[in-house]
Parts: sequence; structure tokens; C-alpha cells
Amino acid sequence: MSIFDYFRTAKKDTASIAKERLQIIVAHERSQRNQPDYLPKLQQELIAVIRKYIDIDQDQVDIQLDQNDDCSVLELNITLPELHERH
Amino acid sequence: MAKIIVVTSGKGGVGKTTTSAAISSGLALRGHKTVVIDFDIGLRNLDIIMNCERRVVYDFVNVINKEARLNQALIKDKRADNLYILPASQTRDKDALSKEGVEQVLEELAKDGFEYIICDSPAGIEHGAFMALYFADMAIVVANPEVSSVRDSDRILGILQSKSRRAEQGERVEEYLLITRYSPERVAKGEMLGVGDVEEILATKLLGVIPESESVLKASNQGIPVIHDQESNAGKAYSDAVSRLLGDNVEHRFVTIQNKGLLQRLFGRSA
Repeated sequence: MSIFDYFRTAKKDTASIAKERLQIIVAHERSQRNQPDYLPKLQQELIAVIRKYIDIDQDQVDIQLDQNDDCSVLELNITLPELHERH
Repeated sequence: MAKIIVVTSGKGGVGKTTTSAAISSGLALRGHKTVVIDFDIGLRNLDIIMNCERRVVYDFVNVINKEARLNQALIKDKRADNLYILPASQTRDKDALSKEGVEQVLEELAKDGFEYIICDSPAGIEHGAFMALYFADMAIVVANPEVSSVRDSDRILGILQSKSRRAEQGERVEEYLLITRYSPERVAKGEMLGVGDVEEILATKLLGVIPESESVLKASNQGIPVIHDQESNAGKAYSDAVSRLLGDNVEHRFVTIQNKGLLQRLFGRSA
């Protein structure tokens, strides 16, 4: 790789940066668009209940509502801490 | 049956009113009876872009409140025979637009034989913008090749797909993307998002690409919708967009760098 190549690759053009940033934010906003308003509160309350029994962090609970044609699925993923950490 | 078309964007200043004026004029010039409605209550601007600001007597809100009849408020365009303008109110608050009131006016326009009803939306996603898009059969989402505009366009597409009357009835609003202020030179240099990038991110069918052009400001200075300037690239690009709206298959122009001819180079005439 010549020294010129180095300069060329180091500077990514700004349009590509714009595209990448947009793809990420748009995907994120679309995933939140169809979720009902009560979902964040539901998540908070679920965490509170689980915390009564297991010590978990906020980010260890993932809650998602998937809508199919005739039914909705509420998906709840809780990552439990490793066994020796449990009380 | 009248076709209701909303011109919307979320973000302000991207060319909604310029586009509404151009598209409505283009449809009328081709013989279609067309009306263009300004939904920007309190900040009307369509009248000045179309050079009828001194002919406004009654407005959209007067008609909704039954203070004037529809045909008293409609202003006949002086350039295109089949075109009428319904100006926004300059003084009332934006909540003056009730859903029932807007629906009644749209129904009356359809009954009067208008083929196309163009709704020029205000910026934002508040009441006025919502009223402009709610009854739409088709939406033209205007975007600049720039991050904030594209992001806002995606929000508006989401609202069209969930909150419009068609969405409530389980149908879809026919959505089109119109990119304005496009500069192929800057795209080639990697300084601007390309048409393909914006199309890919928004996953919406492209209605047209309007190149950045001095003629747009010149047109608004004089109150002549830019589509009347068929010498300019922006005027030609809007004409193409109207053709596509009417179902013609027209290739996109002005998306790649154009080589200037010898004469153009000598005299340096641009756009």
C-alpha cells in the first residue's frame, strides 16, 4: 500500500457517512414506530417485579411486540446473571 | 373521482410550496381541472408563490366556518386555465381546520368536477400537516439529499402509513418521493447523498429529481411557478414529474453530470 492509498482510505467521503448514519437511525425509529405507548412502562414494571427475586440490570430485559396478521406476540427476553452470582 | 394529493415533507424549507405550485400548474396546463389548497394556516405562502396574494378575499377557514362560499374563496390562476387556488387564512389559529370541515370542502371540490386536489402541507407533524395528509389518496414526499430532511421524510411516511384515512380503512396511500435541490456534481464528489441512496433508505418510488437551479428563486421572485420556465432544468424536471404522475414512463434527467455544450460554456449560462 502506497502512502497515497493511505490518505485515500483514511478520508471517507461525507455522503457515505451520511448514508450509514441515516440507515441506522431510520431502522431504529421504524422499529419503535409501531410499538404501543404502554410498552416502556410495561418494561419498567416487569423489571421491578423480576428484581424482587433476581438482581438484574435494566439492559438485561428486552421486550418486543411483534404483530402478525391475526395475532400479536409479546416477546420478553431476560438475561439472567451467571449462576454463582445469584443469591 | 377527484384524486387528493398531499405534498408533504416534515422538514421545512425543502420545497413543498414550490412543488405544489409547479405540479398543480403542470396538471392544469395538460387540461386537468386542478385546485391547490394551502394548509399552512397563519403562514400562508402559496398565494405569493403563485402571484395571487393581492387577490385573496376569502380563505380556506372562511369556507370551513361558512363565512364565505367555496366559489367566493377560490382564486382562478391567470396562467393556467384549469387551475384554482384556495389560500390559507393568515390570521386564525391552526386549530381552525376541523376534520369535518376539511372533508366537506374536499367533497364539494370533487362535486364541482375537480380532477386533482393538491394539498400543500405546512412543515412539522402537527395539526395542519396532519389535516393536509389525512384525506390523501396519494402523497408526494419532498426531500433534500441531506440527513435531517431524509429522516423527517421517513417519519412522515410512517404517519401516512398509520394515521391517514386510507390507513385507518386498511388501505395504503400511494407514496412518491421527490428529491429537490439535487446537485449531481456534489454527488460525484461524494459530498451529497445520491438519488439511489435516498431511494434505498426511504424505500419509496421516485417521482422526480429537481436539480439545484437558480431558476427556482427567479420564479418565486416573480410569482411564476417554475414549471412555466421550460428553458430551465428545474422546470423540465417538474414537467417530467407531472408526466410520471399521469402514468407516463419518463426517464429521469439531471441525475448525472451534464456536459455543457460549447455555446453554453462560452456564454456561461447555467440552469
